[in-house]
Amino acid sequence: MMIEDQVLDAQERIGFKLRGLYSGYGYSRYRMSKFEEYDLYSRNKDFLFSEGVITFTDTNGRLMALKPDVTLSIVKNGRDLPGQLRKLYYHENVYRVSSAEDGFREQTQVGVECMGEVDSACVAEALKLAAESLRLCSEDYVLEISHLGILGAFVDMIATDDKVRDQILQCAGEKNLHGISRVCREHGIAEGAEEPLQALLGLYGPPKAVMPKIRALAEENGAGEYAAELARAAASFAGTEAENRVRIDFSATGDMKYYNGIAFKGFISGIPGSVLSGGQYDHLMRRMGRRDRAVGFAVFLNMLERLTEEGRMDG
Amino acid sequence: MVNIALPKGRLGEKVYAMFAAAGFECPALLENSRKLIFDNEAAGVRYFWVKPSDVAIYVERGAADIGVAGKDILLEYRPDVYELLDLNVGKCRMAVAAPEGFRDNPDRTLRVATKFSRIARDYYSSMGRDIDIIHLNGSIEIAPILGLSDVIVDIVETGTTLRENHLEVVETIVPISARLIANKSGFKFKTAPIERLVSEIRKEVKAE
Repeated sequence: MMIEDQVLDAQERIGFKLRGLYSGYGYSRYRMSKFEEYDLYSRNKDFLFSEGVITFTDTNGRLMALKPDVTLSIVKNGRDLPGQLRKLYYHENVYRVSSAEDGFREQTQVGVECMGEVDSACVAEALKLAAESLRLCSEDYVLEISHLGILGAFVDMIATDDKVRDQILQCAGEKNLHGISRVCREHGIAEGAEEPLQALLGLYGPPKAVMPKIRALAEENGAGEYAAELARAAASFAGTEAENRVRIDFSATGDMKYYNGIAFKGFISGIPGSVLSGGQYDHLMRRMGRRDRAVGFAVFLNMLERLTEEGRMDG
Repeated sequence: MVNIALPKGRLGEKVYAMFAAAGFECPALLENSRKLIFDNEAAGVRYFWVKPSDVAIYVERGAADIGVAGKDILLEYRPDVYELLDLNVGKCRMAVAAPEGFRDNPDRTLRVATKFSRIARDYYSSMGRDIDIIHLNGSIEIAPILGLSDVIVDIVETGTTLRENHLEVVETIVPISARLIANKSGFKFKTAPIERLVSEIRKEVKAE
């Protein structure tokens, strides 16, 4: 039975379109319960988008939570598949504290996760799907790509203490170059030690324009291999319609306890925050006792509300 | 057109002078009128005055592409924005102040009156000190005088108000100044005009 477009609201429409897209690429639907044991989130607090989880005691006395995140559950409930790939997509509600207001909000997410023998082709496919997901929402989008291996190597040259590294990474995410210098001086780090990182953060823009400089800078600072990975990921867009929509930007950071390698964020003109976020999360897999590698992303459908009101969404 | 939220008041006027000197002037902005939004199409800028504590909200929510906000506001509300420049104006410090001769008794929970609950909580939790936050919206200095709190966490510029009320700074938490912030998404779609503006304004920033 066909469902007519007019009976769906805009979020449902785009949600179904994305599901169609992922399914066409061989991803199968992953369904899950709304609840998960709270322990999973208390052990991985930093992975969550927001602090705070809605909890309740189940009839058997276990402390449960309304899901604030989908990826953790998929990782926890899966098992390693040596030599294989598991490609999943989901369309779920999560419950998070909104950063802008005090209180929980129900948010709808559609996303993909690819786990197993993840290689550069899988990462390229995730990036391609991310760009295609954004294009389904609006033609006027930007997909911003970064590499946490490069960023981590440049931060390692400045500081090894986790607290200082976190402060530096926070500044990197804010394009706050003066803040990086301030953190360094406060912790007695030699003047000038932060300059390579500041130079790296200053190199943002279309891959063709910035990639040669990034590769040179990364090679000088012992991160050439990672830069080659980033170059390969960016090159996967060469000659495609999405090429002009891709930017390299190292302010797309992530918690390195969970993420590694390629990280990316998606933006749509007129929507104030990122509508898509993803990357490789092998470190999360290790923390959860898994040996597989993984890459994935989520599209935040609630963020698209404004766009749909103005009728700019495709279809 | 780059939309710019400026903080109303003395700091905003000082910051506008930097924008004007950098080539982004809009003289109508300083006229005494009821207008709320001011354009200079040739320079590609549109200004509006907002309450200083609201600038970060306008920028985070995308109503403004860039804006100028105090570091105190950015630390307290942690908006998801880029912090592109330290303008080195509006300089002051976030500090702990207490009645003259105050000695902290670590056996007791420290009562802290402040408008900046998050900054105070983060500061004391980094030292492992148990505190009771008393959130006030103004006239913070009166709290320890009336015995409402032991200390205050507040912005200190010259220290005159503190001295007149027999209070003194016991600890500086962080230096504060005005910062040029940008909406993350707006920056992606207006990169060239925002970069041009930042680069011109950087020339107007006086060294520390």
